Amino acid sequence: MDMDDFGDDFKVPQRTVRKTYEIEYESLPQSAVERLVANDIDHISGIFGVEASAASLLLRYMNWNKERLIEKYMDNASAVTVAAGISPPSRASPSALGPDRSQGSSSGTRTSGFRRSARQTPAPPKAKPQPFVCPICFDDTQASFAALACDHTFCSGCWTAYITGKIREEGEHAIRCMAEGCALVAPDPFVRTALTDDPETWERFNELLVRHFVASNPNLKYCPYPSCTYTVSCPTAASKSALTTIVPIVTCGPDANPPHRFCFGCPIESDHRPVICSIAKMWLKKCRDDSETANWIKSNTKECSNCQSTIEKNGGCNHMTCKKCKHEFCWVCMGPWSEHGTAWYSCNRYDEKGGVDARDAQSKSRASLERYLHYYNRWANHEQSAKLSVELYAKTEKKMEEMQVTSNLTWIEVQFMKKAVDEVFKCRMTLKWTYAMAYYLEKGNEKELFEDNQRDLERAVEDLSELLESQIEPEIIPTLRQKVTDKTVYVSKRNEIMLEDTAKGFLEGRWQWNVPVEGFD
Amino acid sequence: MASISARRLRKELNEINVEGCPAGIKLLSADNFDTWLFSIEVLGESLYQGEVFKLMFRFDANYPISAPAVQFVVDETRGAPIHPHIYSNGHICASILGTEWSPVLSVSAVCVTLQSMLASCKVKERPVDNDRYVRTAPDNPKKTRFQYDGDTV
Ligand SMILES: [Zn+2]
Ligand SMILES: [Zn+2]
Ligand SMILES: [Zn+2]
Ligand SMILES: [Zn+2]
Ligand SMILES: [Zn+2]
Ligand SMILES: [Zn+2]
Repeated sequence: MDMDDFGDDFKVPQRTVRKTYEIEYESLPQSAVERLVANDIDHISGIFGVEASAASLLLRYMNWNKERLIEKYMDNASAVTVAAGISPPSRASPSALGPDRSQGSSSGTRTSGFRRSARQTPAPPKAKPQPFVCPICFDDTQASFAALACDHTFCSGCWTAYITGKIREEGEHAIRCMAEGCALVAPDPFVRTALTDDPETWERFNELLVRHFVASNPNLKYCPYPSCTYTVSCPTAASKSALTTIVPIVTCGPDANPPHRFCFGCPIESDHRPVICSIAKMWLKKCRDDSETANWIKSNTKECSNCQSTIEKNGGCNHMTCKKCKHEFCWVCMGPWSEHGTAWYSCNRYDEKGGVDARDAQSKSRASLERYLHYYNRWANHEQSAKLSVELYAKTEKKMEEMQVTSNLTWIEVQFMKKAVDEVFKCRMTLKWTYAMAYYLEKGNEKELFEDNQRDLERAVEDLSELLESQIEPEIIPTLRQKVTDKTVYVSKRNEIMLEDTAKGFLEGRWQWNVPVEGFD
Repeated sequence: MASISARRLRKELNEINVEGCPAGIKLLSADNFDTWLFSIEVLGESLYQGEVFKLMFRFDANYPISAPAVQFVVDETRGAPIHPHIYSNGHICASILGTEWSPVLSVSAVCVTLQSMLASCKVKERPVDNDRYVRTAPDNPKKTRFQYDGDTV
């Protein structure tokens, strides 16, 4: 069902203007990329006056860099032709690129170099001993043979097995001749003929070509989700320098659930806004390197600071109440919860004083570990809470069903719960990354403002999160609905502010780092 | 109908039986078309004078379209040659067993290539990443994607 259909509950204005933290991009199905590939091939084939199959091999050899290919080709066509595996060294000359016996002609269906029988070969350069036996399988019942322009002849069965293996096992799109040391590459029509009875492998071959094209083009990125064949085009994020000012989070075309969201600028396969790629990567590396030190934090159980009984966290909310002594505390800082609702709430801020006071190396390193743990702790907690949201979804679903029974709300009307859980999840992802950012932010006014936004968002999220986990009595449902709806709108607004202000800060060059960061001086 | 690999191996075995192995190489066993064992030594002057190694070939149904899995046998009686491209577990980093494999090559051709790889060795030492590789290596060396550097065969 369509979860965006919430009636009038959420009066969020229509998105007409692009936010600073959103970027322009286009999602392309494989067929659209295939058209781009075909355009490039046509272009080169037209300029050089060569077959499309030769143009394709030339482009692949030059990693689809047309300008460089044209330059090189004008300089020494035969050298490029040999290097691309189109013709053997001795016979290299631009004329060898014309319609060639072994590459077939572009007209008709028989566009292959596969000879149906050795005898039908028109005037082979040197007579093959009759009957010809394939030097790979030695199967003398084979009657159909083929060779590339080098004339290394093998039976069709061996060619098909070899080409299939190269594509299926090795993911290879440039398939070399089977002869030892021969550098010729099978042109597409040759591959197609070998795979006549195997359209699936032929399709895989075309996918490999598209992948190579996409990988060679900085404006394009293949969707990293398994078995997805969409490509995203995002020229604004194509340069390294752009990545110091924008966070190019994109979503690929198909309406997948969950959507295929990934970063165009780095290998992180999730939304790491508001943090730019280099900071995000640096943080993840730090976490990997220090994983042992910080492992204990990830555990789901802690001791109550009052009565020492073991408390397990099973929801996303940080407001913990000890079942035994009823002590209320914050899961993250273990401080009393009563302090968290007040204006001087500073659970998100690290008190740098300890580090300044540290004199000797040992206390310095202890202070730096403490500092790291402060941020890591909060980072890991939001990640953990987001993971627990699967449970929260299930619980919420159940509550929604109950609500329908105990109140006169329809299924559509109880969707406010689901929408709230979605929003909490989204904001926890933002919050998580803000701790990575804060870890590297230089002390000062800008950082303080950043942490103000972070605190406001965090407090709003924890509020809503707690509300969602509270007991639902039938008589409070109407007020609860209003409260949850209001808080959801507020949380969403705080998230927007966090993302928007951080993104603007990057564009304005407002953020200063306490370590050298790639792309900043 | 016999598979390509069986027909091809039968022919190679036949040739070995008729013409014999190249000098320095002896067929130890070829009882089936899965695993063959050879002994291999470098004749003439080399760093491996007097050393005899045992080489194991494993074939799958795709041989010779895909390369055989080739490694030195390491047991109580002998180890793998100490060589910059041979790991202590017997795995060999040689491009002709990977990306440079050609279906035209044969078992004998592989033996000769490995023999000359030993013959031309200048320093007896293990690959730099030996310990790390051996710790995590798969049983079948074909599952490893070796990075071949300039002077490999
Ligand atoms: Zn054949
Ligand atoms: Zn050839
Ligand atoms: Zn996708
Ligand atoms: Zn990124
Ligand atoms: Zn307690
Ligand atoms: Zn706290």
